[in-house]
Amino acid sequence: MFESIDMSLVDWSRGQFALTAMFHWVFVPLTLGLSFIVAFMHTIYFRTGQEEWKKMTKFWMKLFGINFAIGVATGIILEFEFGTNWSNYSWFVGDIFGTPLAVEGIFAFFLESTFIAIMFFGWNKVSKRFHLAASWLTAFGANLSAVWILVANSWMQNPVGTVFNPLTARNEMTSFWDVALSETAVIKFLHTITSSFLLASIFVIGVSAWFLLKNREVLFARRSTIIAGVFGVLAALVTILTGDSSARDIARTQPMKLAAIEGLFDGQTRAPLLAIGALRRDATKMPDGNEKFIFKIGFPGVLSYMVHLDTDGFVPGISDLVYGNEEQGILSYEERIERGSVAIQTLKEMKRAKDRGDEVTYAAMAEKFSDPKWVEDYFQHFGFGYFKKADLDDLIPNVKLNFYSFHIMVILGVHFLILSAIALWLAMRNRWGNHKWLLWIALLSIPLPWIASQAGWVVAELGRQPWVVYELMPTIAAVTRLDAGAVQLTFWIFTLTFSALFIAEIKIMLSQIKKGPGGH
Amino acid sequence: MVKRIFMFYYDGFRSMTWGRPLWLIILVKLFIMFFILKIFFFPDILRKNFRSDAERSDHVLEQLTNP
Repeated sequence: MFESIDMSLVDWSRGQFALTAMFHWVFVPLTLGLSFIVAFMHTIYFRTGQEEWKKMTKFWMKLFGINFAIGVATGIILEFEFGTNWSNYSWFVGDIFGTPLAVEGIFAFFLESTFIAIMFFGWNKVSKRFHLAASWLTAFGANLSAVWILVANSWMQNPVGTVFNPLTARNEMTSFWDVALSETAVIKFLHTITSSFLLASIFVIGVSAWFLLKNREVLFARRSTIIAGVFGVLAALVTILTGDSSARDIARTQPMKLAAIEGLFDGQTRAPLLAIGALRRDATKMPDGNEKFIFKIGFPGVLSYMVHLDTDGFVPGISDLVYGNEEQGILSYEERIERGSVAIQTLKEMKRAKDRGDEVTYAAMAEKFSDPKWVEDYFQHFGFGYFKKADLDDLIPNVKLNFYSFHIMVILGVHFLILSAIALWLAMRNRWGNHKWLLWIALLSIPLPWIASQAGWVVAELGRQPWVVYELMPTIAAVTRLDAGAVQLTFWIFTLTFSALFIAEIKIMLSQIKKGPGGH
Repeated sequence: MVKRIFMFYYDGFRSMTWGRPLWLIILVKLFIMFFILKIFFFPDILRKNFRSDAERSDHVLEQLTNP
């Protein structure tokens, strides 16, 4: 299907969206994490009254402000793109995206934008207690903003709490709480938030290391390292725990993604968790019986244990999911394509009946979409109906990209835990500044959490492919039929604009860091 | 009360030092986003091309069933 669609349009639309989302995500995690670190420092200043803590609070608040100002509203461009480039998708999911984003607009945006002004302008203007409350409310407001967009994204990964209305071609929410509190949404929120806290901690530890290397602001740097170290160790531990829960959730809701990120081509019991590995250059997506790895080092049974809490549990591989596995109750993709085609054909019949005024056929076809058995047997496979049995390869995400992105994220996550723990341990003993090589590692680690965080989103979004709404709407069906040249033009406009903003962020940040906490 | 709130913001903005270039960046960014990108490059396709939700539904159904 989709012979008529220009594939370069789909690629440019995806590239444009990815560029915007990844640029937006440069700012968001630092805002989320640094807001809480600032609130903690502000609290210590409030309790002790020591000027050194006030200096620290103001310095990190300034870096938070720069990041917030340059990043603010970059996410709105994504909403522009939904309406222009992804109009089929926007219509299909309308109510699901609309409600969480409206809630975000009302609660979080007003909370954040009101209290951020008090946080910055409130020194000596409002009471100390109210000023401190403003810092905390800014942090909670920023993090609340993230809740709703992550809920919407989680629905795309695991569409629950909704029903498809064939008369309007839209999904309608049947339970707000099923959407907002689905296991996928809760885990995604916790994993994203805590990994953002970890990112901010590594940023603070790294910048503090620079002051120590310069032998400037030693007390400030040591105390900042202690706060960020505590924050970092706790955030890293929760990130690991939520990552573990996420593996179980993905195994249940998106088994193909799990198979891709672990490079598991054939399902097995005692499935290993790979610590590291290198895929062959000619490793194709479809299993062909050949060895796909140049080398791999794994822990036998650990993936099975993560998924089933049993080392002998069976974890399906790509071949089980594509070709089916009767013993495990897994339908083949060929079967799912047939069932999806029936669902699309039913929708088509319904529309044709409506167009020719055949009320009886129209009602009969529409009725099927409210029959739970039919929905389970056919509509659940709706998206598969857009693919051909001859092109099963199109139904498998990019294994290499997912495998490497996932393992880069995990390896860096372990590095951040170790770095935070060592920094905390040594800073508490006043020995953090004695090891220049460690300070250099901390300084050079500053960009790494951004790489890990972006890699995490690559896994989340590319691991879900070819779906934009999991198994219901393929990405190719979501795109608006526009001129690919127009999308290409905006892609390059964004590249230039985002590059300019990124350079401005780095320049202003560096100049303020160089001035130090005493600078103005 | 309103005057106090106004003066709070007024004094805050007036006494800004490092924040001024940031405000300039924010304003330029918002101008580019809402007065250039939104108007000239990012129309809401369904809102622009169709008058009612029924027409929009019909169009999307056509797209979904005739890929």
